[in-house]
Amino acid sequence: MSEIKKFMYVNRKAPYGTIYALESLEVVLIGAAFDQDVSLAFLDDGVFQLTKDQDTSGIGMKNFSPTYAALGDYDVTKIYVEKESLEERGLTLDDLQHLTYEDEDDDWAEKDSIRLVTREELARIMDEQDVLLSF
Amino acid sequence: MAMLHTVNKSPFERTALQSCLGHALDGASVLLFEDGVYGALKGTGVSGEVAEAMGRVKFYVLGPDLRARGLREDRLIDGIQVVGYDGFVDLVTSHDNVQAWL
Repeated sequence: MSEIKKFMYVNRKAPYGTIYALESLEVVLIGAAFDQDVSLAFLDDGVFQLTKDQDTSGIGMKNFSPTYAALGDYDVTKIYVEKESLEERGLTLDDLQHLTYEDEDDDWAEKDSIRLVTREELARIMDEQDVLLSF
Repeated sequence: MAMLHTVNKSPFERTALQSCLGHALDGASVLLFEDGVYGALKGTGVSGEVAEAMGRVKFYVLGPDLRARGLREDRLIDGIQVVGYDGFVDLVTSHDNVQAWL
């Protein structure tokens, strides 16, 4: 088996105005089959992808936001959300979905997937990646 | 050797360049191409921010995209290096990683 690489999916667009957010989510789910060290970053307008109570019934588009809650089942457990991006948009963590995963190394305890990080922290985490996939 | 950041959007329409500069660590490089080349011009609303970042980040701009837009090199902020497609490839291969600010 080849070595495990650190893959980060970088999400910077709001969900329904363009196709980027949905495409990113689909690539993440496909990529989850490859047993790599995967993380997701949400910054700039990307933080709007994670808001709760999305209802697309009036715009004729699929509401893909419930899928984020399934990421934990695909072993995608590191979701970085940039603090400054939230604040600039008048959001707090309470406005976002509560995303969790079950930690197999800790008797399947339920843990939070979202990690609130500062811009500087996120810049350093990005710098540690082997591959950055931008959406 | 550090990260290569690429920006292909105009800084007057999108915030890609501003986000890039907010996340570029010291020693990183930034390549401006397509509509991103407008960020390399002097005397604009963002040139101060770019010039300030040049103290810690190296800037490159893609020549063919400049010329396509009728922009000559004397319009650029001093110290920004013009590269061709071959230079683009060299930048990609000489950095550890590439981050595209779409």
